[in-house]
Amino acid sequence: MLSTERLTINIGPQHPSAHGGLHVEAVLDGEVVLDAIPHVGYVHRSVEKIAESRTYAQFVPYTARLDYLGTHLPVIGYVQTVEKLAGIEVPERAEYIRIIMGELSRIASHQLFIGSLAIDLGATTGLLYCMRDRERIMDMFEMTSGQRLLAAYMRIGGIAEDLPAEFIPAVRSFVRDIPKMIKEYQGLLYGNEIFQARLKGIGKLSAEDAIAYGVTGPNLRACGIDYDIRKAEPYGIYDRFDFEVPVGSKGDAWDRLMVRNEEIIQSGRIIEQALEQMPEGEIQAKVPRVLKPEKGKSVYHRIEGAKGELGYYIVSDGGEKPYRLHVRAPSFVNLMALPLVSRGGLLQDIIVNIATLDPVLGEADR
Amino acid sequence: MSTQQAVFEDISKTWGDQIEVLEDQYFEGVKVPCKILPEIFQKLRDEHGFNYLANITAVDFQDRFELVYHIYSIPGNRKLLVKADVDHDQPLAPSAVAIWPTADWQEREVFDLMGIRFEGHPNLQRILLPDEFEGHPLRKDFSMKG
Amino acid sequence: MMQKIETLFVDLSDWFIAWLQSLGVPLAWADGILLLIQFLCIVGIILVNITILIWLERKVSGFIQQRPGPNRLGPFGVFQTIADALKLLTKEDIIPSKTDRWIFLTAPILFMTISVMLYIVLPMGKDMQVVDLNVGLFFFISLGSLTTIALLMGGWGSNNKWSLLGAMRSVAQMISYEIPLALSLMGVVMIAGSLRLSDIVAAQDNLWFVILQPIAFLTYLISATAELNRGPFDMPEAEQELTAGAYTEYTGMRYALFFLAEYTNLVAVSALASTIFLGGWQGPWLPSWLWIIIKTYLVMFIFMWAKWTFPRIRMDHLMAFSWKVLIPVTLVNIVATGFGLYIFKGIGG
Repeated sequence: MLSTERLTINIGPQHPSAHGGLHVEAVLDGEVVLDAIPHVGYVHRSVEKIAESRTYAQFVPYTARLDYLGTHLPVIGYVQTVEKLAGIEVPERAEYIRIIMGELSRIASHQLFIGSLAIDLGATTGLLYCMRDRERIMDMFEMTSGQRLLAAYMRIGGIAEDLPAEFIPAVRSFVRDIPKMIKEYQGLLYGNEIFQARLKGIGKLSAEDAIAYGVTGPNLRACGIDYDIRKAEPYGIYDRFDFEVPVGSKGDAWDRLMVRNEEIIQSGRIIEQALEQMPEGEIQAKVPRVLKPEKGKSVYHRIEGAKGELGYYIVSDGGEKPYRLHVRAPSFVNLMALPLVSRGGLLQDIIVNIATLDPVLGEADR
Repeated sequence: MSTQQAVFEDISKTWGDQIEVLEDQYFEGVKVPCKILPEIFQKLRDEHGFNYLANITAVDFQDRFELVYHIYSIPGNRKLLVKADVDHDQPLAPSAVAIWPTADWQEREVFDLMGIRFEGHPNLQRILLPDEFEGHPLRKDFSMKG
Repeated sequence: MMQKIETLFVDLSDWFIAWLQSLGVPLAWADGILLLIQFLCIVGIILVNITILIWLERKVSGFIQQRPGPNRLGPFGVFQTIADALKLLTKEDIIPSKTDRWIFLTAPILFMTISVMLYIVLPMGKDMQVVDLNVGLFFFISLGSLTTIALLMGGWGSNNKWSLLGAMRSVAQMISYEIPLALSLMGVVMIAGSLRLSDIVAAQDNLWFVILQPIAFLTYLISATAELNRGPFDMPEAEQELTAGAYTEYTGMRYALFFLAEYTNLVAVSALASTIFLGGWQGPWLPSWLWIIIKTYLVMFIFMWAKWTFPRIRMDHLMAFSWKVLIPVTLVNIVATGFGLYIFKGIGG
């Protein structure tokens, strides 16, 4: 007689659409997914242990390699945590520059999200359009820090160097072009029926599950929960800006895409306001050469990274190196939702789910 | 919805002198004995609306381990820090998976890197390091030399 | 002068047969030798076209994606295909030990053979067909269906779960889309009144069939894309989890042969589209065999454009689309054509 058996297929870790070294073990019954178990750890570089043998300033470049697609955001999170720990106040101009760099990083990360989603679905051209637009941001980063992707531009207490003259016109022209860019993506990708059919209704995540599983960032907001750390617990000078937090309704792959798309537009608004309000002045506070925070003090600081809540927990023992440093990585926690959204779906939708949950393995594995 | 004050009062009322309130400029919290963690978590989630566990981590203080939990409430954004000491020679702590499913991987990470076992965890295996790895790297006595 | 260029190949073959006869070769034998030479010419045409096509696809996809495409080897990168072919020829030919040897080895050869046989009935100019079958169109479509067997052989012979899965999906897709493919062409056959390809071209003297049967043209293009396993219908092939589907276990030249066969099919299908809908070799001023080349390349460009713009359709949407949308549309087209013809004849057309 005919008997059915369960198939186990391995997706990744070497894989064009594995988003880094992600290994997903898919258990199938025919075409239907019974379970999709992610295995991480292929990119583990023991960053937390390394932190214990580096001074606070020496550790700054390591943080850029965590969420490597969000360039400045993880670095901003780290330096702000250390500033909280040591009680350093950052000058105004540096704060504004950090806002601009952070939001540009967020736009770059979301552009890559859209591009890699497009190529995972087969619309190769989408990736190249997004990369072309992202190049403009990379050029701006290169102008300021000399590095396109892994810029260690932030310092504890401020910024490394002031902005060159050609930076601000470049940013202004980029922000002006954002609506045109979004319209192009609309025409090529979002408006296409095939694209919509592959995303709408796929990978639904309920709001209760999202909160219970610790999912944050655009994934949480796509489920209908209005929770953005920039508004809920403003850090830096985010409370001075007027922007909206896009919230989805159904928690499916389409909403996750649309929330990120809308966030690009909102980040553009923040950058515009920051450019207007930015004062002249110092770019770095007076920080002792070797920073030794108070003994026994511990601080947890979190920022809204491109993927979700990026938090740093530092325990100081009075020395120049952290006693313990822990990185709360959003991608690590978000990946727990992958089995939830994939169960009951089809095999092809696992790829869509991985792409729309937007994990970055450098961050997940540290 | 309770205010922070009400939360502290409630917890102190139930467990009295086992609780130590930690005053902090950025993050107030309580230090509790390890064995009452599940009950405290239950109370915090059900009665005070702390539905989002952001972070579990552990620190090796060489004579003891310290487990650190950062909990938030969505919406409302109240926050609470919970710390608990774990014995250094036989590190065993109760798992929070039943209360917040997000504890699943985070506890596995603490087990993997720090060596603290969690009772009641459905799948306590290494997550970041290879399965055959021996030792727990984040401990202070882990030898870094070859 | 233009007349001479126009009838160049016809004159050549006439002269060749006359020359053979003058040497004392009986007519039947002379015809046979001519057939052989024509067959070799077809193979030559196919190889040349494929070489150009591979380069063209990479250049076209490059321009759509805002990048230059191959531009290192030769002006505009024209020698890229030759370099790639040389590379593939030097690759190690690995045959896994557990495969069903004869089926595994024959599959790509069968695929290529069937694709080459499609060219026998295609009119490549005025009076330039290898064999002018009176059921030419039917022959073409039937042969096209045989390619599914070659694919299934490839998947089965590999003795690999994932290859078999990929092959079965491909076969399901190709069988589903053959029906709308054939039905789209029925409207044209009804108007032309014949299955002979040269008759169909002659019937387009006054008006190309693309104007009389626009919906059929559209459904034909869509079904043909699915038949060719090209994007946006390339799920069985490009499915990343199942590696390369039916072709997984093939290496080197055998792997290349599958793709060459797919390109061969592409040219054949585009040539058929030009013949049936775009008037075949008819056109002013330029010689007929040049017109068919231009029209074929035009249709191929449309296929390439579609592939590089659209995302992939999911397997179940694909099947649903064929059975629930395309087949009803083509059936309605046939009924409408029938009505149209009846009325046309009724008013004395």
